[in-house]
Amino acid sequence: MRAVITVIGKDTVGILAKISSACAEHHNNIIEVTQSVMQDLFVMIMLVDISKCTIPFTEFADQMSELGEEMGLSIRAMHEDIFNSMHRI
Amino acid sequence: MINTKDILETITMIQDEHLDVRTITMGISLLDCCDSDIDKTCTRVYDKITRYARNLVKTGEDIEKEYGIPIINKRISVTPIAMVVASCAVKDPVRLALTLEKAARACGVNFIGGYSALVQKGFSPGDRELIESIPEALSVTDHVCSSVNIGSTKAGINMDAVALMGHTVKRTAELTADRDCIGCAKLVVFCNAPEDNPFMVGAFHGVGEPDCVINVGVSGPGVVRASLAKAGDCDLTEVADIIKKTAFKITRMGQLVAIEASKRLGVPFGIVDLSLAPTPAIGDSVAYILEEMGLECCGAHGTTAALALLTR
Repeated sequence: MRAVITVIGKDTVGILAKISSACAEHHNNIIEVTQSVMQDLFVMIMLVDISKCTIPFTEFADQMSELGEEMGLSIRAMHEDIFNSMHRI
Repeated sequence: MINTKDILETITMIQDEHLDVRTITMGISLLDCCDSDIDKTCTRVYDKITRYARNLVKTGEDIEKEYGIPIINKRISVTPIAMVVASCAVKDPVRLALTLEKAARACGVNFIGGYSALVQKGFSPGDRELIESIPEALSVTDHVCSSVNIGSTKAGINMDAVALMGHTVKRTAELTADRDCIGCAKLVVFCNAPEDNPFMVGAFHGVGEPDCVINVGVSGPGVVRASLAKAGDCDLTEVADIIKKTAFKITRMGQLVAIEASKRLGVPFGIVDLSLAPTPAIGDSVAYILEEMGLECCGAHGTTAALALLTR
């Protein structure tokens, strides 16, 4: 079972570190990361294996949102099926 | 493999273009609740609705969080109450309206539809009583929605029903005059009413439907408009193609939510209803889509053609 974590906002120090630690804390293995910084706007997308997540995914998604609010970013964790169903025949 | 473009497109659709699941509606058949004793009928109706729909709201909220898609409303639709009350010795449909209200509050849903009668070809026992009770029922309840189907392509229009509904609408307004005539906002008069419509206020659970079903309504006028705006200058074929692809994505999202809800609630999946129903939010209007397609101004020559292109 996999999820996609998206981070959009102003580039600051420690974004990747904080999210990776949160994933590690809950046994979510990071499979792939892609990121770009375009004139101060930071966009990062992570594909994460949540099959061994130690807390319910809804709680993890809440934690990611709260982390985003603390850091002034939009951080969303969403089940990968939403993207697969919309963009694949 | 991450496809950045697809992922950002989905996020933008949800965050900026107001893509959402407008409603998850659970349709429940009340045909097995009928009894000649109206008290027994009310008890059975309340018990059945609360038994089937008790986890509906929580399931909707969980799916919303996990998939990141806003699910705005959770609703219930039931068998047209005129049919349920038909067997009762004492035909007092308002008692059932109050029961529906109680059940809706217990389940935490936004609305419960189905205070309805289907009279396109004529009246059956229960139909007139239901219609005459609509003004009172809508003034003493908050969550109950009512509809009357007065015509169909096959049967024509029941002009007696039209006359009756004229008086009913006026009386409904009068009885809720102190609340901006809110009663009339919870009443719809139909022709060709669909039996599995998840949207309010016209939702009811038709007689051809299974015992319980999950229907999802998806809405996304803002998304369609934004896709057309991004494409810039296009010919008619390209416009049709963009609308088709966008409609596909929106529908697929609705289907995902419906299948997931159906799985978790143990209830069969019914339909996804794709609607362009707008909201008051800026950019979420059907008229803006038509103008984005190239119409000079909504209402000008070509409006009907543009609308046909959009909806077909």
